[in-house]
Amino acid sequence: MDYRTVPTTCTYCGCGCNFFLEVLDGRIIGTIPSKSGPANQGKLCIKGWHVHQFVQSPERLTRPLLRKNGNLSEVSWDEALDYTASRLKEITSAHGSDSAGFFASAKLTNEENYLIQKFARAAVGTNNVDHCARL
Amino acid sequence: MTQNVKKKVKELLESGKIKGFLGLCQKNGHIGPHLFCDPDDLESMVLGDEERPGDSRYPLNKLLIHIARSYPDETFGVLVRGCDERGLKTLYTWNQLNPDKVIPVGVACPQELADACECLRPYPEEFVEGERAEERSSASVTKISGLDVKDRFTSWMKEFARCIKCYGCRDICPMCFCNECSLEAEELIHTGELPPEIPIFHLVRAVHMAGRCIDCGLCNEVCPADIPLRTLYKKVADIIDEEFNYRPGYSEGKSPLNILGSAAEE
Repeated sequence: MDYRTVPTTCTYCGCGCNFFLEVLDGRIIGTIPSKSGPANQGKLCIKGWHVHQFVQSPERLTRPLLRKNGNLSEVSWDEALDYTASRLKEITSAHGSDSAGFFASAKLTNEENYLIQKFARAAVGTNNVDHCARL
Repeated sequence: MTQNVKKKVKELLESGKIKGFLGLCQKNGHIGPHLFCDPDDLESMVLGDEERPGDSRYPLNKLLIHIARSYPDETFGVLVRGCDERGLKTLYTWNQLNPDKVIPVGVACPQELADACECLRPYPEEFVEGERAEERSSASVTKISGLDVKDRFTSWMKEFARCIKCYGCRDICPMCFCNECSLEAEELIHTGELPPEIPIFHLVRAVHMAGRCIDCGLCNEVCPADIPLRTLYKKVADIIDEEFNYRPGYSEGKSPLNILGSAAEE
């Protein structure tokens, strides 16, 4: 028998709420908001409360998908990244840097969000940087 | 302040009477629930007092149900305050835990916590730590009951209007163990809509707390909108007590509403 409560941070948005994941024999079975988490002080939103459900969902995407002949198919990270890089180059050289846009996300860390805007501005040369929350 | 609890848990683990002890520990800068299985690993055990007494309480009974469902043949120890003990008693009557497989280790709450909780019994029947604090009546209920009906309704509607429908009150509740929840029933609640329809959302839950709520107050603490749910459920408990002479966790046996329900089905 192996029961653990693992302290971690919610990945849903940028608030950084802390909670414990209840893990029984290697399987996540519950979420418990941390009372001493400075951002959430023992509270969570409905998404945070159900983190334990999405982590192990069979519908969760765990590998890159590439649309080939109209159908999405699983590919390796190398293939996905090579394809994205080559298409970005083709599109921006044919139509200019502002033909590309970059979506950041609250699900990324601060550092990752910094990198994506840096990549957009310094590598591709566009200010088209937006965020998934602005829907 | 944890010495007596640690000593008791160490004895229980060493004698093999329990497989593990569900309590609280300090880890990674947080206080959180923890299952202690090694008698030599009790150093980090705490009682959930981060800055003030009892400000880091967790629904240990609820977590114990999760563990017991997978390991029904094992016996576990669990840290209990007065409210947790009321919870255990009620969960036994609802067959959610087996009293033969649970060994509670009690702590009495300090007066400061008893005052804040307006607790009718801030101590379990037996405790190894703390001193018996004075019982407190529900001043918050008396206060709102003092308003006339119209003002009372306006006051509650103002509180309910802040609800973000996180279901935190239900998810933290050690007495919420139903497989199907009325708060997710389309016939009662417009499930896909935000904000929730008021006051029906909160009243459905309040009615379901009748004969069940053991007044631990975790729902109040978990609410991001600071809705005084505890006051609402305290009032519900008072009504049940007046009408049926039953208060969950204090009285013996099943809730009268539970019995009415079974009789109605027959």
